[in-house]
Amino acid sequence: MIYQTVIGLEVHLQLSTKTKAFCGCIIDFGRAPNTCVCPICLGFPGTLPVYNKEALNSAIKVALAFNCQIQEHTKFDRKNYFYPDLPKNYQISQYDLPLSRNGYLYIYRDNKPKRIGITRIHLEEDAGKLIHEDGQSLVDFNRAGIPLIEIVSEPDLFSPQEAFDYLTNLKSIIEYLDVSDCDMEKGSLRCDANISLRKAGSLELGVKTELKNMNSFKGVKDALSFEVGRQAELLDRGGDMVQETRLWDAEKGVTVSMRTKEGAKDYRYFPDPDLTRFHINQDMIERLRLKLPELPQEKLQRFMKEYSLSEYDAKILVSSKEDARFSEECIRIYPGKDKKLMVNWLIGPLLSEANSRKVKISELNITNDELISLIGFVERGEISGLSAKGVLSQMIDSGKSARELIIESNLLQVSDTEELSKIIESVILENTKSVDDFRSGKTNALMFLVGQVMKKSSGKANPKIVGQLLSRRLTDA
Amino acid sequence: MAIDNETIRHVAHLARIDLQAKELERLHVQLHEILGFIDKISNLNIEDVLPASHILPISNVLREDIPHTSLTPERALENAPSKKGNFFSVPKIIE
Ligand SMILES: [Zn+2]
Repeated sequence: MIYQTVIGLEVHLQLSTKTKAFCGCIIDFGRAPNTCVCPICLGFPGTLPVYNKEALNSAIKVALAFNCQIQEHTKFDRKNYFYPDLPKNYQISQYDLPLSRNGYLYIYRDNKPKRIGITRIHLEEDAGKLIHEDGQSLVDFNRAGIPLIEIVSEPDLFSPQEAFDYLTNLKSIIEYLDVSDCDMEKGSLRCDANISLRKAGSLELGVKTELKNMNSFKGVKDALSFEVGRQAELLDRGGDMVQETRLWDAEKGVTVSMRTKEGAKDYRYFPDPDLTRFHINQDMIERLRLKLPELPQEKLQRFMKEYSLSEYDAKILVSSKEDARFSEECIRIYPGKDKKLMVNWLIGPLLSEANSRKVKISELNITNDELISLIGFVERGEISGLSAKGVLSQMIDSGKSARELIIESNLLQVSDTEELSKIIESVILENTKSVDDFRSGKTNALMFLVGQVMKKSSGKANPKIVGQLLSRRLTDA
Repeated sequence: MAIDNETIRHVAHLARIDLQAKELERLHVQLHEILGFIDKISNLNIEDVLPASHILPISNVLREDIPHTSLTPERALENAPSKKGNFFSVPKIIE
């Protein structure tokens, strides 16, 4: 049977404010356990939570960046459940009046945009951290009460790859906004996935499973791919899908059912009487909208226009905010005529250096000025592209300047015509057959002769100039 | 609105309260009465009344993102029934 995969994602994002959502305890992941706690975030009776203004501003910015409608009235609710990482036995979250609804973002396949709906973005707080030992579980509440937002997508993603692309674009937008670390390994971005299969062509959704415990975007993709296979096989056998939560085991590469004793979840949401409602007016929204930075999609369009880049090239450069800044700076201040040469170096050799070192372009040990200096040598024909790639690698390793390394390794190309002419004369004398071939119309022979000159100069001759000199010398005589 | 024993047991379980048979009987009567009061509301005309989520006429209470002094771990853990080092300790919750 042919099935269509239907995926919806829930992304939880830690906002990088200085202090927690409802109290002034600082957020610092390096601290010893239970040193960033107070009566409010420990849920002591009689304490009053008050929401962090900066967190609200950040959340509204995210909602605007994802084209959501900010709701005029919004409130906090209590989500009640028992778990030791939750000091109050409820999580402050939002239920029926979330901060924002009805947004979207685009993903791209073969350069075609696909719009992915965002159902809602709401405010909530993080729980503490548990460490399991023999016979006991230890609780650290430093993380309890850190402001989170949850971004819930529509079930608009039809393959694990689309889910991956959605996450990548989402992360890139959040990075541009500078409101969260977005680090899945550190837990500042967490993602749960709902996935179901339906008969191709059917409009009715199948029974879904909820996947948890993925700690990278690739993990999300792998878990979803596994689940597509598992569900298809089950459905083909005529088996009954049960709605359940499954945990991704990255080591074994399988999802495992999370057996829960409790029946259907019953969180008994109700408005948190400790917190007031929020009225968010148009004024406040417009003030924050003005503070939004240029977002990846806008930057992409501008790069294509301003620097005549192809969509492909521009997309590589804007995928990370820092890389976009570094690249734009390089292109802007590059004094040479050939801006395209700079672009090609950014998305070519520089990107592959970054990839092989598993860092971003902007994190490489090289300044704009040094990169520009190196490309200058190439554009002026003073060193070959091939040697320049080697120099680039050495620059990053040693921190030395391009000029220093080029002189040290004696890489300057010989463009001096007098010196080159001497080599050319001797090559002509030694290769009379090729010279005759060329003169009788076999133009290929010229390439052979250029090669001989290059060889004699130990690769340092400027091949373009050698070609010009040789053909002039052979046609004139 | 009537409430049955099954619902009372479910609610008690959600609140992690262990009910004795006698308590269940008493609660049945009490909850029945409470729900009876609530039923009265459905007989009122509340068309012009907005739902309330807060009893005071205040909104948009926010705080600046400024750190305060947190508790020391000694103080935070002072009343914990069980602790280990800087951690609160609870019976192991996963296998
Ligand atoms: Zn606190």
